[in-house]
Amino acid sequence: MIHVSATPVLALRGVSKRFGAVQALTDVELEIHPGEVVALVGDNGAGKSTLVKTIAGVGPADDGVVEWEGRPVTVDRPHVAQELGIATVYQDLALCDNLDVVGNLFLGREIVRAGVLDEVEMERRARELLSTLSIRIPSVRIPIASLSGGQRQTVAIARSLLGDPKVVILDEPTAALGVEQTAQVLDLVERLRERGLGVILISHNMADVKAVADRVAVLRLGRNNGTFDVRTTSQEEIISAITGATDNAVTRRRARSAEAAGAAQAGTAGEAAKSIPADHADEPEKEAGA
Amino acid sequence: MTTKLPTSSPEPAADGNGQAPAHDAVPAVDPRLLVREEGFAGYWGEFRRKLRSGELGSLPVVVGLLVIGLVFQLQDSAFLGAENLSNLFVTAAGTGLIAVGIVFVLILGEIDLSVGSVSGLAAATFAVLNVNHGMPEWLALVLAILSGTLVGALHGFFFARIGVPAFVVTLAGLLGWNGLMLQVLGSNGTINLDDSGLVAGLTNHYFSDVAAAYGLATLAVAGFFLTSWRESRRREAAGVPSRPMSELVLRTVALAVPAYVVAWLFNQYKGLPLAVVIFIGIVVALDFVLRRTSYGRKVFALGGSVEAASRAGINVAAVRISVFALSGTMAALGGMFLASQINAANQSSGAGSLLMNAIAAAVIGGTSLFGGRGKTWSALLGVLVIQSIASGMALLGIASAVQYMITGAVLLAAVVIDSLSRRTQKTAGRA
Repeated sequence: MIHVSATPVLALRGVSKRFGAVQALTDVELEIHPGEVVALVGDNGAGKSTLVKTIAGVGPADDGVVEWEGRPVTVDRPHVAQELGIATVYQDLALCDNLDVVGNLFLGREIVRAGVLDEVEMERRARELLSTLSIRIPSVRIPIASLSGGQRQTVAIARSLLGDPKVVILDEPTAALGVEQTAQVLDLVERLRERGLGVILISHNMADVKAVADRVAVLRLGRNNGTFDVRTTSQEEIISAITGATDNAVTRRRARSAEAAGAAQAGTAGEAAKSIPADHADEPEKEAGA
Repeated sequence: MTTKLPTSSPEPAADGNGQAPAHDAVPAVDPRLLVREEGFAGYWGEFRRKLRSGELGSLPVVVGLLVIGLVFQLQDSAFLGAENLSNLFVTAAGTGLIAVGIVFVLILGEIDLSVGSVSGLAAATFAVLNVNHGMPEWLALVLAILSGTLVGALHGFFFARIGVPAFVVTLAGLLGWNGLMLQVLGSNGTINLDDSGLVAGLTNHYFSDVAAAYGLATLAVAGFFLTSWRESRRREAAGVPSRPMSELVLRTVALAVPAYVVAWLFNQYKGLPLAVVIFIGIVVALDFVLRRTSYGRKVFALGGSVEAASRAGINVAAVRISVFALSGTMAALGGMFLASQINAANQSSGAGSLLMNAIAAAVIGGTSLFGGRGKTWSALLGVLVIQSIASGMALLGIASAVQYMITGAVLLAAVVIDSLSRRTQKTAGRA
């Protein structure tokens, strides 16, 4: 880990989750510090979405501890996560097509004046928020259905900011966007970091990850497969951690030094060495899938 | 109120992206967007654009009402007479109240098939409690309406908590509650109500003072103008787009003309009917709930996307149960009006075409069968269409067989319009 000084705002310790016969997550560790963008990467089915759901309270973990600002918390419902200050922007956006932009931004936390929706205040704040984030949409009073994919994404992200969160989770925010819109969303991510928010960015796009993330946490088959500092790690290293192609310089060196080391280190290094053939075993299948 | 906007960031320009300050200067409007013109031209342009993109709103039903009025008036000049129209409004109230509850259920994207039986059950409950057991009328009335609430909540429970499709739950209710009603009525089959009682007064009472109808019309028009004017002023003060004065006046006139015409018609006959006051009062109150409260927003959100609503922290099951409870309550209340018309509860209470008429009224009025879209006003407009057809054909002495076929055709036409407008909206990127 790079930031060892401050307490992480959000930390997962040994989180496990099982769906029927599938062990979706096994002993996953993750730390998010304020003002830090952590990219969470992994192949399809690596457990990224499941992990996000455990943090967001949609699908609580079976085992392990979620720590919020240093103390363990139970996040078993979405609004518990919201109250803590965890905002999640899902891949499928979770917007209501029939409501207008204002209605969606304030859904679930409407501003009420004397028991009545304060539409004027909500509209004013919505415009203010969108313009500070440099989000350009036609009007805040048109249904979400009329917006383009990128506009919807920015609305969804803006919405997550209304609750004044400390951690924002973005699930594939640029997956369906064009060049200009992707740039807008990445700008937005940087603005979140400047505000001191912790950001978890799930992405398949290595260029995006390299552009905005500080650290990259790799999940593979439901387990941690390394955490890297973006500035000092090459794209190839991250990708090999994602695909499990561990036959690279780093792992070879580690394996060799383990062999060379004495019996005291044999325990841990031996495990690493053993895992190599196992990973190789499923590699062809992985490639066929990709 | 406690929601703080994260807008107080020190300086957005500090992100090392030189474009940020320039972005801030640009208003949040895409240059490619069609901007509405000022004044009346803008109003007309917006209207035409909405029509083209399939947002028909209440237009088809208003046109339909005018056509129906014209056709029947040409056949029989009594149709648009004060007596016929006054009776038409009073008979529409019962079905209309049931249709208001249906509007809520339709906005959720569900259906309630039990409303007819529930309305009959409420009437029977009232009759048995009041006539057979001698309970005071007001108490029996309250209990009868609460029985509707309870039954609706039960449907909601099976739908929201157990996960049985609403269609099936309420279909079971359609049969089951009809059976219970027959059971409650006993072997006799018909219980006559007190001629001069509270329930009889629901549809018999008229405010014969001329001032009552005009007063209500004035109150409605003035209230509408003042609230929209205040809203407009507040919007102006907050710097968000507001309606220009010309548009406010136009809308107010559009409301005032029918309001005063109807008030004049009522005064030509027996005066302002109590049934109409209650019906319109409930339509206005529930319209307020639907559009101006966070509860109404939740109902719409569920109609748009259940997933999004639940992720926003909305208690999906609670909202669903409450909507079905409301539908049951409105069905029971409507049932009391229907019982009041015949001054009895009998074995055919809530049977026949009542259920279809209530659902048809909501849909004809412009509430979408596909969920997420609708107004309580559509219940009023829709039930007027249905009642006009029934009343006009009764006036012309057309057999009920033909009446059913024509009402069926009108319902089909309404659903076709709904489906087509939805398809157009999809292609125009608005649904």
